[in-house]
Amino acid sequence: MSHPLIQIKNLYKSFGDTEVLKGVSIDINRGEVVSIIGPSGSGKTTLLRCINVLTKYDKGSIKIDNVEIGYTNDDEDYRKERSENQLSEFRAELGMVFQLFYLFPHLTSLENVMLGLRKVRKLSKVKAVDQAKYWLQRVGLTDKINSLPSEMSGGQQQRVGIARAVAMDPKVLLLDEITSALDPELVGEVLEVVQKLVEDGMTMIIVTHEMSFASDVSNRIVFMDQGKIEIDGSPSEIFDSKNERLNTFLARIKK
Amino acid sequence: MEAALSSLPYLMDGLLVTLQVTLLVVVFATIIGVILGVGISYGPLWLRILVRIFSDFIRGIPVLVLIFFVYYGLPAIGINMETFTAAVVALSIFKISHVIENTRGAIQSIHHGQMEAGQAIGLNFHERLIYIIFPLALRRFLPPWINSVADTAKGSALVSLIGVVDLMLAMQKVIGRTYDAMPVYIVGLIIYFIINYCLSLSSRKLEAKYAYIKE
Repeated sequence: MSHPLIQIKNLYKSFGDTEVLKGVSIDINRGEVVSIIGPSGSGKTTLLRCINVLTKYDKGSIKIDNVEIGYTNDDEDYRKERSENQLSEFRAELGMVFQLFYLFPHLTSLENVMLGLRKVRKLSKVKAVDQAKYWLQRVGLTDKINSLPSEMSGGQQQRVGIARAVAMDPKVLLLDEITSALDPELVGEVLEVVQKLVEDGMTMIIVTHEMSFASDVSNRIVFMDQGKIEIDGSPSEIFDSKNERLNTFLARIKK
Repeated sequence: MEAALSSLPYLMDGLLVTLQVTLLVVVFATIIGVILGVGISYGPLWLRILVRIFSDFIRGIPVLVLIFFVYYGLPAIGINMETFTAAVVALSIFKISHVIENTRGAIQSIHHGQMEAGQAIGLNFHERLIYIIFPLALRRFLPPWINSVADTAKGSALVSLIGVVDLMLAMQKVIGRTYDAMPVYIVGLIIYFIINYCLSLSSRKLEAKYAYIKE
């Protein structure tokens, strides 16, 4: 029987006294592209970070391919956190691209993409170089393979960030506001790369403020507010929605 | 002047001891200090507390007191060391505390995002240390570390006070024989200066070498 790739049930997360996620549930199928929108502080980024356990969730469940990712057993009262090494194995299957790129500044773009291929995927050097070059070519950076991050523009750095994540051949790609730190004229080149990955059929969860992009590429858009999912629907359902909070939010970001 | 020159071989023996003490102290202090520095950065709470207490305590006492404590104090609990060993042990303990802080500071200077990016591609903790944290921390670690080596070379003159015949004590002995202090001290000053000048040159070179890494 087929099951959703990602199953999130009743997820809770607090930072100190602040409850950031208040019972989030959502299923995401293979090949789906889901955008998460919502005001700052609504919990979008926290939700994304919980999926690869960069942030540990307190209560509830996240299953990827039917396996609970953060804990070793299902019983919420007696469950045990997974070890760092187990988490590393899971994370290798989940690609993540960060708002601030977080490239490794001491490595060239080729080495940035190769590191995971060599050390996690254990590819031979020749194969790793081949794959890394292939992905850097896919994101349009063939002429930058030997450049250090400090020698590239923000848009180029972010494209290396995407190449580094997809080169690992992840089950799903998590994109965390990947254009928010870019100058406006560099946003297009990064979104173009994402668009191509969507056409490849990559499963993606996209946290974004780019509404028109979200409605272009997504199968579903999820609107989050105050730690909960307010609406989950197709782009047209979302933009035709009468939901008051959503419309307030959409009106505010249009300005 | 002639006396000073004729005693040069004797001073060179002293220099050799100074260099031996420095080298041993730097090797021990670097290995143990880096391990404990990683421990205080990422270790369990009990380890962080222990290392913190050790480091603060040692850095809070004069190194001469530490040298006397190891050489004259420890025999009271049955730990007897030769002067050379005692000197190396005492200076190492002192330097370890500095290397710990040095390491901790270098690690702390790395943006947590680098660590997360490493996590996200599935590197486990020790892989992240080796391939991301250490190379990035190295450029912050090296310049103060070299200063620390220079300090060790200079500070090692204190071991003459428990009778290790290093460059300092060799100088004192020559002066005791010749009653002509000035030429001997001039030779000694020049030797100490050359050691430290070489070190500070290499420190500047290294800083320039790692300047290309920006965050």
